[in-house]
Amino acid sequence: MDHIYMDYGSASPVDQRVIEAMHGHSGKLVGNPFSVHSGGRLARHLLEEARNKVSSLIAAEDGGKIIFTSGATEANNLALIGTALRGREKGNRIIISAIEHISVINAAKSLAKQGFEIVTIPVDDDGLLNTDLLQRSINDKTILVSIMHANGEIGTVQPIWEIGAITRDKGVPLHVDATAAAGNITINADIYKIDLLTISSNDLYGPQGAGALYVGPKVKIQPVILGGGQQNGLRSGAENLAGIVGFGKACEIAQSEMFNESAWLQGLRDELIEGVLNNIDRAYLTGSRYKRLPNHASFRFDYIEGESIILSLDMEGILASTGSACSSKTLEPSHVLLALGLSHEQAHGSLVLRLGRWSTRADVDAVLEVLPPIIKRLRAMSPLVPRMGAQHAGVY
Amino acid sequence: MLEYTEKVMDHFRNPRNVGELENPDGVGRVGNPKCGDLMEMQIKVKDESIKDIKFRTFGCGAAVATSSIITEMAMGKTIEEASNITRNDVADELGGLPPVKMHCSNLAADALHAAIEDYHLRNNGKDKNETTAL
Repeated sequence: MDHIYMDYGSASPVDQRVIEAMHGHSGKLVGNPFSVHSGGRLARHLLEEARNKVSSLIAAEDGGKIIFTSGATEANNLALIGTALRGREKGNRIIISAIEHISVINAAKSLAKQGFEIVTIPVDDDGLLNTDLLQRSINDKTILVSIMHANGEIGTVQPIWEIGAITRDKGVPLHVDATAAAGNITINADIYKIDLLTISSNDLYGPQGAGALYVGPKVKIQPVILGGGQQNGLRSGAENLAGIVGFGKACEIAQSEMFNESAWLQGLRDELIEGVLNNIDRAYLTGSRYKRLPNHASFRFDYIEGESIILSLDMEGILASTGSACSSKTLEPSHVLLALGLSHEQAHGSLVLRLGRWSTRADVDAVLEVLPPIIKRLRAMSPLVPRMGAQHAGVY
Repeated sequence: MLEYTEKVMDHFRNPRNVGELENPDGVGRVGNPKCGDLMEMQIKVKDESIKDIKFRTFGCGAAVATSSIITEMAMGKTIEEASNITRNDVADELGGLPPVKMHCSNLAADALHAAIEDYHLRNNGKDKNETTAL
């Protein structure tokens, strides 16, 4: 690769073994799983194989279903809207956290317009959910709790087992958006008492355009996409067979390699975090230091703006991302960073570095080499650096 | 990531006239509270012309590039000419800006105008003093 890729959260390269698995069936992947002929049978077989691989990675409960979707956004929409439509007789309260992915937040907002009551649970300055408040917020009108496993922007991992114990005890379905967590940390839908779970193919080095919603045996949802009744009527439309085959292969690889891969990445991540915090003045970690994805480092820097950091890193061949307002379409700072209690100005200076399967120590060293002078250069340009500290800004 | 022109990237990479002036004749500081960009423009004026100009900016690539290019556009211009530089002139000079950045980060003209206004204020004050002294 020409670039040093530190943006595995935005998109991941597809693993060569996944591509080969998809190629291995090319020419044969013509069957519609609905067809009765042998092509259809092969397609059904491949679909089932992929389903088993996804189920295995997330330790699905017996009797649970894997519904393939176009990705995490559709799965999150289906989880919220499908549960709400199905459960509206029982109640109208849906509980989410303040740092959910925008596909959960916007689905919730749309439901709020239809008369559902959306309760948002705040997080502390590490991004950890207040589980006491969650417990107290569940009333007899509550039909769903939706909490992400790990946050892609700040890396914080929620205590899902604790949350699952609460929701199961209260008899309320729990949806977990495991998009950023899958393949990086252990997910056990059965033991954690997760009823609905979102997982995305590309985050596991599978092809884009594939994902799934796991629906446990204790819950029922209403379909959102209607048509020929594929996937038990829960998601109509002929399945994206090639994508699903790749997704299955990606789950299989993740399951067998996650343990070693995560341990390795965690070492690199720690070098990256310590290197940045030790070598750059007024640099801060965003998210929790220890309850954190093993491949995730995220920071903010006083006095400077994230898009400028990203452009400067790009000039050095390093690809990363930011939660700064300047790089968003809406020009609003990231809701996740604001939920941590950061001011707009502080949220502005954010940098997210996500490692992945092909990250190397040389990549980390390169970032640690070029980042301090970039921060120094941008600070020298910033009117926010205190005047007395104008020379001080040199002490990055 | 938004699409920036090569000229925007050039000014972002090598911003012209960054920093502060000693004893500036006018200082303009403008900010966009929504997206948080902040810009400071300082000018040195001689014979009603801009003799020197420097900027400091907290903001995105577009914010830096617009600040940088306007210092080139204003340098040597008369105060009146510089006052007539608009936001659109700045964007045009850069070969265009992404639409979303047109209102948010395109503050350089405002900062320049604020510096000129500050110069007028200071200057009027000085004139009065001088007149009184006579």
